[in-house]
Parts: sequence; structure tokens; C-alpha cells
Amino acid sequence: MANSDLTEAELEAAFQEKIDSEQKIEPKDWMPEGYRKNLIRQMSQHAHSEVIGMQPEGNWITRAPSLRRKAVLLAKVQDEAGHGLYLYSATETLGISRAEMIEALQTGAAKYASIFNYPTQTWGDMGAIGWLVDGAAICNQVSLQRTSYGPYARGMIRICKEESFHQRQGYQIMIELALGTPEQKQMAQDSLNRFYWPSLMMFGPHDSDSAHSAKSMKWKIKRETNDDLRQKFIDQTAPQIKFLGLEHPDKDLKWNAERGHHDSGEINWDEFYSVINGNGHCNRQRIQHHVKAHEEGAWVRAAMLAYKEKKKKQYQVD
Amino acid sequence: MTQSNSKQDLLTYTVRLGDDAIILGHRLSEWVSYGPFLEEDIALGNVSLDFIGHAQMYYTYAATLSNEVGDKKAEDDFAYLRDEREFQNHIIHELPRGDFAYSVVKQLLIDLYNKHYIEELKSSNDETLSAIAAKAAKEVTYHCRRSKEWTLRLGDGTEESHLKMQRALDDLWGYTHEIFEQDELELRLVAQGIAVDSASLKDKWFDDVKAIIEQATLKLPTSEWAVRGGRAGYHTENLGHLLTEMQFVHRSFPGAKW
Amino acid sequence: MTIEKLELFEVFIRSKRGLDHKHVGSLHAEDHEQALEYARDVYTRRSEGVSIWVIRSEDICASQEDDSESFFDPSDDKPYRHATYYPLPKEIDNM
Repeated sequence: MANSDLTEAELEAAFQEKIDSEQKIEPKDWMPEGYRKNLIRQMSQHAHSEVIGMQPEGNWITRAPSLRRKAVLLAKVQDEAGHGLYLYSATETLGISRAEMIEALQTGAAKYASIFNYPTQTWGDMGAIGWLVDGAAICNQVSLQRTSYGPYARGMIRICKEESFHQRQGYQIMIELALGTPEQKQMAQDSLNRFYWPSLMMFGPHDSDSAHSAKSMKWKIKRETNDDLRQKFIDQTAPQIKFLGLEHPDKDLKWNAERGHHDSGEINWDEFYSVINGNGHCNRQRIQHHVKAHEEGAWVRAAMLAYKEKKKKQYQVD
Repeated sequence: MTQSNSKQDLLTYTVRLGDDAIILGHRLSEWVSYGPFLEEDIALGNVSLDFIGHAQMYYTYAATLSNEVGDKKAEDDFAYLRDEREFQNHIIHELPRGDFAYSVVKQLLIDLYNKHYIEELKSSNDETLSAIAAKAAKEVTYHCRRSKEWTLRLGDGTEESHLKMQRALDDLWGYTHEIFEQDELELRLVAQGIAVDSASLKDKWFDDVKAIIEQATLKLPTSEWAVRGGRAGYHTENLGHLLTEMQFVHRSFPGAKW
Repeated sequence: MTIEKLELFEVFIRSKRGLDHKHVGSLHAEDHEQALEYARDVYTRRSEGVSIWVIRSEDICASQEDDSESFFDPSDDKPYRHATYYPLPKEIDNM
């Protein structure tokens, strides 16, 4: 029996059954429009985050303090581009083009992780971003390796494999700084202070305030809730901060033996929404940078196309 | 000539090769997040990483040599603790990133030069330089392939891309002369079978460039201007700014480890 | 001009000799040669491959979800194609 003979409700029931029995959804499968839209929103946002995320770290490639650090940072930022590309590629299987996604990013219709609206002011920020921002991203991505959409899950597996070096190189920068001169240690503390809270915000609003959470969980696009993932990150970061001998930015952080987790202070959600809504130091800069690169590349892409057409014609004549 | 003078020559020569590589690698890294599309951004990053890697190999060897002549230096000291006048890269490497056409043409001219240069360096009497060249050669082959294809595409693409490529070629041509010229120091090393006799590469290089330029429907520049002096530390104003940026963190924290 | 005018290619990589080429993702490029080079830059940054295939995405002919019953279900009732269909005598523990 072909799909066309089934009612929407029957199709949706069969779809949900697949999801419930942990089968992956693949590009050609029938899927509810809401599922497709939700995926496109989340995956393209993820892709944009990787691409925009190149900027704050790219900002320090030319100033990296040693040749080894320069090479590592460049390789890392290049990985972000690669991850953006894997994710665009996976999203394209849902019937949207990369051009449409880029357009949505540049016009503000699509979002990217708000963490990248924060400026990178010191070399220490390269440590904090690798360690905390990538660390938070990895928590999320590890969970997404089990997401219900096949191409997304496979992309995540690939990305997770590559990302673990990102977090380690960041933490290693922090170790060198924390064990270095007093000025270096101060630099590390300052970066930790500025990036700790925004990293916690990366997991999104509390589950009770999250607009997309319930449906995403039902469809298994998301596998763990914002708050659970955030708790995991807080727990794993606490001993890492201690090892560095730095002060924990959360003065209310306390181990709760009963819960088996750390209790922590409240996040400043006003700041979160304020930065998302355009009041971050770099919101405009990030998009303008992207638009500039895209526009400056237009003649290159046009020339490629023209050259290809010429070759095609030549081939036909020959 | 004494043994230690000859060692000093080798050290200077090795540092020069490192200077060429790091300055170009640095310039290429400026493309990150500015590529014309994502795939090319990643590819440019790879090329930049190749050059930074070459610089590390040369400087690491230079550090070893510096110990032998009693001037103890580390790899990073060469990149981060020397001033503009002490850098001895050929000038073409320090020129600004420019637009994509400018970078493509610059890479074409340099990559084709490196193709012949590295091939010769492989048979240097100095084992370490020869080993570095053997490692770099594969990457250089890939760089040449990229540069050639981009030159054809953009030279023979649209009217706009053709114009940009021609302008870049005209603007860069005068910096290609000095890369085939050698000072006393390099001539001494050529005589010992250590350094590459770059003057002998010019014809081969010219034939390669000419073939690609013509296929790309571009014209070889005929103007007579030539800028020289890189190997003597006589640079354009671009280098100072590049070094200011590159060295700022390293120099702000003397003796710190990273 | 927008990126979508560049063609989409699917990339397959053989991770080591003796294994099949495996689909790893896609990318945009002007032609096959450039697609190959970008595949090398994008998908083998950590020596993940010894061989790369690229193919225009539009040249792939894929089976449809609608066809899946007629395509794949018929083989469900041919268990005799599987070795496990044929029990071995206890005395013979391996074949």
C-alpha cells in the first residue's frame, strides 16, 4: 500500500511509532511538517553557530602567542567551518538550500548561539571558549548523537569525534595560564569570570520556560532537557576549575550529597535575553562580518559558474 | 672559511626560509572566516597550516643550529622576538592579503616557485633541510594544483574576475624578480651544495607561469619595475604591522609559557 | 550570486584499504575535480581516507519510501537465503 492511501493521522501514528521504537527517520521518509520545520530551525541554527563561532576565535589567530598555538587555533577554527558545513549538508536533506539558510541568518530570521555575541578580549578567552563554550556544546552534541533524524545524528557523531580536541586544547591553554606568571593567572581568572555564566546560558532557558522543548522531546529531536544537560556541565566543570586553582565564578555553588549534584546560583536571564535581543557587544559586528565576506565572495562564485558554462560549451563543440 | 662561519651561514639561510613560510602562512590565516564560501575557507585554512608547519620545521632546525653557534634560541624566538629589520623574507610574502584574486595570483607565483625550489632543496647536502623539503614537497604539489585551477577559473571566468586577476598580476609581478637573486651568503651555500641555486630556476618557473597565465587568457606583464631587498631586511611597510600584530601577546609577557 | 548555483556533490570515503567507500556528507563545488579537492580538505582533515568518490547529488537515483513495501518486503519471506535457516547437527559446530 502506498503512502497516499493513508490519512495524515495514520501516517503520523506510524511516524511516532518509528520514533518510539528508536528507529531513525531518514530524508525520504514521511514526516510531519512540524518535525521538518523544527529540525530545520534547530539544525540550521546549529550550523550558523559553528560558522559565526569562527569569528570570536578567528579574532586571535593572528595574535596567538606561539607558533604551536597559532596552528592549533587555526586548525580548530577550521574545524568549526567544517562542522558548519556538515550541518548545512545534513539540513539540506530536508529540502532547504544552503543559500536559503544563509539568507535567513543574514536577515536575522534564523538565530545562532548567543554566546558568540560576546567579545574575545584576551588570549585567555581562547582558553575559556575552548574549555567552557566547546565543553557546553559537547554536552549538548553528545546527547544529540541519539537524535531521531538520521543525517543529524550521523553529523553529530562525526562532530563529537572532532570536538574533543577543541575542549582539551582550551583547557590546556587555561592550565598554562593558571600555572604561569601572576599576570597570566589573572588573565585566566578574568576569562573564566566572563565566560562561565554565558556558557551556562548556552543550554537555553529553564525547561519550564522553553518554547520548543516538549515537542522536541516527544519527537526525540532533543534527548535530554536543557536543565539536565546544564546540570551535567556544572558538575563536570566544578572540579576542573578547582584544579586550575581559580576562583569559581558562582559563589553559591555547593555540593548537594542528597541529589548527587551541585546546587548553583541563579543565572541572570535578563542578560541572556538582552544579549539575544541585540544588546551584546558583537551582535551587529558578527552579522556584518558574515555579510561582508559573502558579498566580497560573490564575484568569485559568479566567475566559477561562468567558467563552468564556458567549459561545458567547449566540450559540446569539441 | 671557518667551520663556525659556515654554520652561521646555514643558520641565517634556514631562518630566511622560515621567515618566508611564517609570513605567508600568517597572511593566509587572515582569510579565515572571510573565504568566498565555506569549502574554500576550509581549503585556505589548510594551505595556511601547511606554511605555518613549514615555518615550525625551519625554525626548530634554526634553534638547533643557534645552539651550535653559541646563540641559544628557541623556535618561537625567531618568529616573535625579532624586529622588522631582522626578518629576511622575500617581500612578496608580506604583501597584504588583498582580495581573492590578489591572493590567488600571489599563491600561483609563489607555489610554482616553491615547486622547483623545494624539489632542489630535497637534494641539499644538508640532511635536515633535505628532509624538510621532502616533507613539504607533497603539500607544494597540492598548492600548485589549487592555484592553477583558481587562476584558470578566475582568469577565464567573468569580465570582472578577469580584470581583477590581471590587475593582481600586474601589481605583483615586480616582486618576483628578487626571489631568483642571491646574495653572497646564499652563493657560498650554493657552492657547498646546501642552498638552492634559485637563479637557475627562473626559466622553468617562467615557462610554468606563462603557460598557465596564457591558458587563463591573462597577459604577462611587460613593465620593468622590480622591488628588492627582503633578504637584506629591507621591507615594505606591510611587514611592520604584521609583526606588531603577530608578536604583541608574546612580547607583552616576557618569558611566559603558552 | 548565491551559493546554491554551485552544484551539490555527495562524498564517499574509503577509510582504509579493504573497506567500502562510505557516504560521509555533501558539499558545493563547481565541478568534479574541485569537489574532490574540497572533499579532501573538508572530510579528510584527520587522515580519515585513502580514497574519495564524489558524485553529483542529482545523479543519484534513490528508492522511494513509497516503494519500500514492494522493494524490500518480498525478501522478508525468503528466510532460506540466510545461513541460520539451516540448522547444523550438534556434532558439527562450525561451518
